[in-house]
Parts: sequence; structure tokens; C-alpha cells
Amino acid sequence: MPSHTFKLNGKQVTVEAENNVRLLWVLRDLLGVTGPKYGCALDVCKACTSHINGKAFNPCSVQVSDIKPTDEITTIEGLPATVGKDLHPMQEAWLDYDVAQCGYCQPGQIMAAVAKVKQARAAGHEVSDADVDELRNICRCGTYTRIREAIKAGARKM
Amino acid sequence: MAELRRSPNGPADGSADKPGGLGRRRFLGYLVAAPTLAVAVSWAAEATDPQRAYASVPTLPQPEELFDLGDLQNLAAAPTSGLISVQVNTDGTASFAVPRAEVGQGMTTAIAMMVAEEMDLPLEKVSVTLADARPELMMNQLTGGSNSMRSMYVPVRTAAAIARQRLVETAAAQWGVAASGLSTRNGVVTGPGGRTASYGSLTTAAASRQTTAVSATLKSPSTFTILGKPQNRIDAHDIVTGRKKFGMDLQVPNAKPTMVARPPTINGTVVSVNNAAAVRAMPGITDVVAITHGVAVRGDTFGQCIDAIQALDVTWGPGTVDRESDDTVKAKLRAAQVPMTVPPLLSKTIDAEFTFAFASNSPLEPDNAIADVRPDRAEIWASLKVPIVAQEQIAARLGLPVSAVKVHVVEGGGSFGRHLFHDVAAEAAEISQKMGKPVKLSWSRTDNFRQGRTHPMSISRVRVNYALGNVLSYEQRHTSVQTDFGHGLGEMITATAAHLPVGGNLSFAETIFELTQSSPYNFGVTTQVLNEVPLKFNTGSMRNIYSPNVVCAQELVVDQLAAKMGKDPVRFRREFLRDQRLLAVLNKAAEAGNWGKPMPAGTAQGIGLHSEYRGAVAVLAEIDCRPQTVNRPIRGEGVTGPRVTRALVVVDAGFAINPRGLEAQMIGGVQDAIALVLTSSLHVRNGIPLEGSWDNYFYTRQWNSPLDLRVIIMPNTSDTPSGAGELAVAPAVAAIACAYARATGAMPTSFPINHGTLGFEPLPLEPSTPQSPTDGLDHTF
Repeated sequence: MPSHTFKLNGKQVTVEAENNVRLLWVLRDLLGVTGPKYGCALDVCKACTSHINGKAFNPCSVQVSDIKPTDEITTIEGLPATVGKDLHPMQEAWLDYDVAQCGYCQPGQIMAAVAKVKQARAAGHEVSDADVDELRNICRCGTYTRIREAIKAGARKM
Repeated sequence: MAELRRSPNGPADGSADKPGGLGRRRFLGYLVAAPTLAVAVSWAAEATDPQRAYASVPTLPQPEELFDLGDLQNLAAAPTSGLISVQVNTDGTASFAVPRAEVGQGMTTAIAMMVAEEMDLPLEKVSVTLADARPELMMNQLTGGSNSMRSMYVPVRTAAAIARQRLVETAAAQWGVAASGLSTRNGVVTGPGGRTASYGSLTTAAASRQTTAVSATLKSPSTFTILGKPQNRIDAHDIVTGRKKFGMDLQVPNAKPTMVARPPTINGTVVSVNNAAAVRAMPGITDVVAITHGVAVRGDTFGQCIDAIQALDVTWGPGTVDRESDDTVKAKLRAAQVPMTVPPLLSKTIDAEFTFAFASNSPLEPDNAIADVRPDRAEIWASLKVPIVAQEQIAARLGLPVSAVKVHVVEGGGSFGRHLFHDVAAEAAEISQKMGKPVKLSWSRTDNFRQGRTHPMSISRVRVNYALGNVLSYEQRHTSVQTDFGHGLGEMITATAAHLPVGGNLSFAETIFELTQSSPYNFGVTTQVLNEVPLKFNTGSMRNIYSPNVVCAQELVVDQLAAKMGKDPVRFRREFLRDQRLLAVLNKAAEAGNWGKPMPAGTAQGIGLHSEYRGAVAVLAEIDCRPQTVNRPIRGEGVTGPRVTRALVVVDAGFAINPRGLEAQMIGGVQDAIALVLTSSLHVRNGIPLEGSWDNYFYTRQWNSPLDLRVIIMPNTSDTPSGAGELAVAPAVAAIACAYARATGAMPTSFPINHGTLGFEPLPLEPSTPQSPTDGLDHTF
């Protein structure tokens, strides 16, 4: 079976898997990293949103063979370490606003929010309502109001 | 035990010893023989509100007002509530295994608050877990009908109060002082001279050698320091760090990923599997077996199960509704409508009919269950709201005694009615038995939409006769595809139906309808009747049963009546409401929401009212139906349409246990309502819904969510909590529909309003689960 190596949450990992297996299943089923959630495996619900080299992506729609040894994959479990703290400011904002209900979508929402704030800044502005409206992450409990508030609050502390 | 759903003339100050209050009575519980202190609780009878007088042009009280669904659940739970217990551990923490499901509604947080309050223990020292199926609890282990808080509030507090009292008595005995001189705070008993003992140091001595009845007084609400104060969820930290374990995240040894190739129509069957050996030889696949409604594949990863589903060649047998489509179902509903009893009189009449499409109650976490079935026993892990029924029926299907089947209730990523049913757990058990191996079954997203539970299509017809400024009659005929209540409520109903204050031979569904629906207006002769058409769709409740549809129809007609009488919608409601709590929330919403302010053409406000679960809610919504909004672009697949720009929810929840959690439930209810009115439905075509992903089934997303959504919680009107989980959906649906009607000048009669246009290209019916994309790296941001 082919062997794949990449950096996961700061550590180099090697895993044996068929080339076409999507990264989500490599993370969840083979490596036991369950922060990225399975919600559709169609790149639609965004529950698995994680970061590759600092950008948001959905591992349900990437074959493991397309990940290079130098690629850095960050899941919700590795997000605090990217700022050298126990919690990322966006996670703290999520706690301050008591955003979660069932919580299933929230790791993906937080990872998408962090990337969206950075994307806006790279384009020269702070994250706006129009930016938040571009997020496609489903929250079936309907916490959108608090998600929007927490993104703005988290951005102020990023 | 019955209580009025509404208490319009009841206490407004939440004071004790008044109708509806808990008073300062002593409540009974038991010290249970155990190594450390354990307290079990008995049921406490609720006060009964006196019958009240009605205003002029009276409408006789309808059954729902006398006795609602929650009361029925309370009554059915009464004899067995004594079996739930609070335990005090030697580390000073208290544990409570709650016989309910946590699916996001915040139940575990509220229960922890009750224990912490009555024990004088910090919230973080209370551990609430989900109890396994416990057959001895009978129907006290059902999560539904927004009933958890209402049924658990007194028993849990009683157990905690007795535990605190016992710890105080133990310290008093050890110190040789009177218990009356001791106090408790933060899990510590303090005595004369400032001597202290922690709960953890006392619990072994406090343990009882035999089960003994004791009683305690509950705290007065005026002394609460935790209950009634905003608290964050106790599982929030685990959620934001990705540590919270949902069913999908559990690891059970050798329970490998398993999925099912499913037929192209609902509940179809397997005639033959034509290439099982070839599929079994695919990379990572370990097993392929035919089951009742599909072909199960087990492998190293879910991705390889999806690969196997692409490759399977199966000959399918027919399903249960192969000839049904939206149009055929609608025709059957029309034919089954019960006639109105009041003919058009020498008055004016409004006749209106509203159609509500099939909708999916699927949560975000795909349905899943782990099953480990051995020849002589079985173990199941699943998010189940009625685990006892699951245990009984799974045992029967496996041919095992109930005692040989262990059912663990796990945290669910949402429910909305789905987890009332145990069909996924039963399917996992069937697969495990046939493969002879443990399995971790997940339905695919497409399975959930196409073969999962739907809130069935319904038609609500309303006829109103009015004359000389009065409404003489209000009749509503709700006709629905049968809602499946096979999750065990039936057992409870059977046991208690004889005591219901409703006459005749009502069917179970009719009974539920009668218990949950009633008109809050003085509209003269009022009748609301349900008729069901027994089609074999997989149906179920969806964050409420009938109310979002029934109330939507009602409030749209109320707006029509107001217009015919030349009255403003809010003024009209004020004049005709016979429910003082609804009047209070209406007035608050109108004032705080600036009702009647000037709005640009194509935009409008709408108001919706609803009272249920002994709570009362008004929603004021503002909608923008102007072309530049309706047609606003969105990147990728998805719908826009009218946008609800502002929503205000005013809620009277009796006693708000956790205002922050209550607000969260109201916010979620509004987002559900936006979806139900504007965007989300299933299109049934030739025996199966066309929807297969969240880009087909348009649940609300950020771009359709209001930028301004506010919740106002009214001062408590009672000592006891109302239900909250489903409370906001119906009034929000009504408010948005009324706003849409006023903005466009035309009353909508078919919901969601975009149902007539298919806004997506349907995924193929076979393979039943589509292959995952591979271009994810092209869409990073």
C-alpha cells in the first residue's frame, strides 16, 4: 500500500493508504483525528474545514496522494498552537459568545472564520458582513447570529 | 396533575403559593443504599390552575388548553421518576446520569444548573452524563415535545436539595451541633467557629445503609444564584477544541466503517447483488452483505465504502411509495379533507388553503450507529431519544432477550426529531449480525435526504365567518400524510388515554393534534381538526409536529381578517386575543420592534404569535422582497430570494432556567423558520426525493440569515419553565409569511415559496451515494 507523509498539526506523520482515499478519511478513520467532521463528503456542508498551509480547505475533497510531504495540515486540534496559546482568539470568542449548540459544525466554522478574517486582511480590509455572507458552512441548529458576532469579536483579537 | 397551557390571569411576579407556583412545599425523595451519598427522587404533583372566565364573544376552552402534550408525558412519567438519582463523589463532585438525549438543545447544561443550585455546588463540579437505555424507566426516558425541562425541573432539584440536606446533617452529627446552625457554599459545609468540611469528605459518612424516604424544601426562586442566570454551555470548551465526541467520533474495537448502497426509491428492497465477490475484493473492503433495504459494505475507511457503492451492481425491488410524487400526494390530501361544519352564513367569509411541502428533519451529523452483535448479546451506541423502545425492538429483531442488549445513548450532532427513531441503530444491528463483526454504520448525506425521515406534506384549510366587527367562526382542517409516531409515545398514550379530557375515539395522531393545537383568539365557534392519509413514507416530527404549518395558516388568515375589517394587524390581534401572556409579548414586540414604521415598497414587517409548551412567543420579522435583494448573486450553488433583514423574538418562557440557552433556542427557531417559509423542501418524484445534498436542500445559510436578530426574554411569569426547543419555530414561520404577504401584496399559499422552481440539478439515483470530489485544493481561501 502506498505511504504518504505530511505535516499534521506541527508533526510530520506517515500513513499507509490507497492513493485515492480522501484526506478526511485518512485523518478520521486511520489517524483518529476527529475534529474535522464528516457532514457530507461532497465539499458542500464544510463541516470538515481545516487549513492547508494556512488556507481553508475541505479534506473530504482532496485525495491523500495530492498532499505533498511539505504541506502543513492544521485541524481544529492544532489551531491553538498556530498562535502559541491554549486557545486561538477565535475559539475564545466562540466561548465568550456561547456560540455552539450541538457543536457538530463548530470546528469547521471556527477554521473557516480564521481563514476568512485573514483573507479579508490580505485584501486590505477587516472582515465584513459581506465576507461572512460568503461562508458556506451549514449550521443546522441555526446559530448563525452568534457565529457572525463571534467572528467579528475574534477578528479584533487576532 | 393537569395544568392550563396558558395562565392568563396567573401570577406575574413568580411568587410562590399562587396558582401555577411550586410553593414552599416539601418534596419527597429517597436516600439510596450506596457506598457514597446517593439520592433518588419521587414525583411531585404540580398545582392545578383554576378554570378561568372568558371574555365576551367567548370561545370554549379547547382540549390543548386544559391538558397539553407535556402534561401527558409528565403524567406517564410520574410513577417511575423516583428511579433517577444524584450521586455525591469523594472528590466533591456530583454526578447525574440523565435519562434524556443531548442533541444541542442545552439540556445537560440546564440539568447541571439545577443540581448546582440546590446543592450549593459550583457548576463545574457537576457532571451530567447520558444514561444508557433503562427499561425500568418506561416512558420517562423520552426526549421530545420540548418536555425535558418541564418534567425534570422538580425531580432533579429535589434530589439535589436532599443531598445537600443530608451532607449538612452528617457534618452536624460529626461536630455535635445542630444542623440549623450550618451553612453551605461552593461545595463546603461551614459550622460554628468557622470549621468546614467539603462535600467530598462527608459523602461516605452521609451514605445510607438502607433506602429511606426523606423530604426537603426547594429553594425559593428569589434566592437563586445559578438558575435563571445566563450560563454558557458546559460542553462549550470541548466543542471549540474539537474534543467533544459525537457518535461519529466514537472508536469501538474492530467496528470498521460501514455504509449501505440503497435502492432508487424509498424503502426499496434487494432482488439480487450481481457482483458481491468483485466488490469484496476491492481495496480496504472486508464484507458485503444484502440487508432489508440495501447492500451493506464494510471497510477500512468510509471513503472505500463509498468506492464500493460506486461499483456495486444490484437489482432492486420496489419501494413503498414508488408511484407517489408531489402532485399525487397533494391530490390524495385534497380528497381526504374533512368538510367544514359551518357554512358561509349571512356574513362575510374567508376561505383559504395552504400547502406545505415535504421537508427533511436530517441533522448535520449523518445518521450513524455502532453495533457489536454476538450470538448471545449485543451492544449498541447511538444518539437515541427513545432508547428503551430501541432496545426492545432491536432485541426482538435479533432474537435476543432485552436484557442481553445494551444500548448506550451518545451525544448527537443535532436531532430535530430524527433521533426519535432508532431505524439506523436497528440497521447497524442487522448488519453486524449478518457480518458477524462489529460495525460503525454511517448513512451518507444523500441517504439522509432521500431515505431518511421527512416532515410530511400537509394542506391546511381555513374558513372564517365574520360580521359586524365580530368573528363568528374559525374552522381549520389540517390534512397531512401520516406522521409516524411509532417511536413509543403510543405506548404511553395507550396507558393514559383513558384519563384524557377529550372524548370519542380519537386516533393517536388526532390526540397529539388536540393536545398541541388551539387558537388563541376569540373567534366564536372554533374547530381545528386533523385528518391523515396513510402513505408509507418515512415520516416523523421536525422541530415541532404540526404547529409551524397550522399557525402559519392561522396567522395569514388573521392578517386577511384584519385587512377586511380595515384594522392594523397588531391592533386587530390586541382586540381579539384571549390570552394575556400572548398579549403581553405582542405589545412588547410591537413597541421594541417599532411596529408600523415607514418601510420602502417591496419590504414589510410581519407579526406572528404562538403559545405552546406553556410558553408564549411573538415574532416581528422584516423582509426585503425587492428585485435587487431577491436576485443578489451568491458564489457557487445556492439560493438567495427574499431576505429576512431583521427579526425580533419576544418570549415568555414561564421561568427561564438559562436565559442564554433560551436565547440560543429562539435564534435557531428563527433560522428554521426562514428555511421553511422561503427555501427548504423536498421534491418527491416517483417515489423518492430529488434532494441529495445541502446544496439541494436549502437550509438557511449565512447569506439568508438576518443581520439583525434580537431576542427579548420577558420577566418570569411562573416558577416553572415552559418548553423552549421548538417554541420559536411556529411564530417565526407565521411572522415571515405575513411579512412576505404584506411586502408583495399577495398572500402566499404554498410553502416554501420557492418550491415550484427546482433550483438544482438532481444527483443520480444510482449509485445512491455519489463519489466525493477530488478538486478540493482548487477552492482554498
